[in-house]
Amino acid sequence: MSDGQTKQFGKSQRVVPADKAQKWYPVDDQSQPKKVRKTLRPAKVRETLVPGTILILLAGRFRGKRVILLKSLDQGVLLVTGPFKINGVPLRRVNARYVIATSKRVDISGVDAKAVEKISAPGYFTKDKKAEKKTEEAFFKQGEKAEKKVVASARASDQKAVDQAILASIKKEDFLGSYLATTFSLRNGDKPHEMKW
Amino acid sequence: MIDSAYLIADARAKTNTRLPKLIVRLTLSKRRQPRQTGTTFDLAGHSFDFLSLPAPQRNADTMPSEQGHRLYVKGRHLSFQRSKHALTQNTSLVKIEGVDDTKAAKFYLGKKVAFVYRAKREVRGSNIRVIWGKVTRPHGNSGVVRAKFRNNLPPKSLGATVRVMLYPSNI
Repeated sequence: MSDGQTKQFGKSQRVVPADKAQKWYPVDDQSQPKKVRKTLRPAKVRETLVPGTILILLAGRFRGKRVILLKSLDQGVLLVTGPFKINGVPLRRVNARYVIATSKRVDISGVDAKAVEKISAPGYFTKDKKAEKKTEEAFFKQGEKAEKKVVASARASDQKAVDQAILASIKKEDFLGSYLATTFSLRNGDKPHEMKW
Repeated sequence: MIDSAYLIADARAKTNTRLPKLIVRLTLSKRRQPRQTGTTFDLAGHSFDFLSLPAPQRNADTMPSEQGHRLYVKGRHLSFQRSKHALTQNTSLVKIEGVDDTKAAKFYLGKKVAFVYRAKREVRGSNIRVIWGKVTRPHGNSGVVRAKFRNNLPPKSLGATVRVMLYPSNI
């Protein structure tokens, strides 16, 4: 219908378009959406956070524990391990801002790089969705007996694979194991601003 | 006293540890000192606070009670920022323990501060509440710092202990 109709007006005839041009139009030009100039850059980690450094965790469930830095993941997250056998801290991601880096380093060159890579891949730590839907019956059963949390065997074996080499290098140095086993805490009169970490 | 007895029973149920003995002594000492604010108590040189009680399901072996577990520096809420007559309650002055000059105070800039207190009414299963804030800048030359809190500190906190946390860390 875009052709329109040819109409007779007196002697002459002209084409009347079917779709008339709009009488009114906006005064302003159509605004262009802003181009986003932000980019997701890899987070800058502090100089002190070198893999192998012993860290002190400052907050969370494992606050006060001394752990070993394995790798810095992107966006300021660190991958640490207790080792689990020594102080009960599993392979875990922690925020770099909630960590004090000490000057002590542990040799972690023997750690299986493939295992670390697998663990540091995104999605490794995310929870699996529950397959079964919660029924009313299950809800009432909950109160009767607390379900024991089962550690996935894959996780446990990864933990062992990573810790094995670290434990070996810890054993080489006297008191390093017992140092990692103790927790950090402040006592009366302690001045963290004067401490040499 | 009923409240504290309840607290002990509750803590015992939650933590399943051998700590409650210590708590009993704590409550006794609390009665003797009526002006005790915050939740930190000193017992024979060991600081002890309720907030860092071991989390549930953790047993006593992982966190020996002889070891301290304070991970914050004690500070005192001195005053609000003020002139001779006017108070500026949105800025609080905090004296951090062991900090006596501006240079030392600089370590604490940006660090989180918590004012922990007890309230009558239980909210989400706890009578303990926190007002969070952070250290903004030094104040004067004697190591006092200014801090801003999410809600202004109440006047009753004047003189009370606040916790200066070690995070966000830049070490």
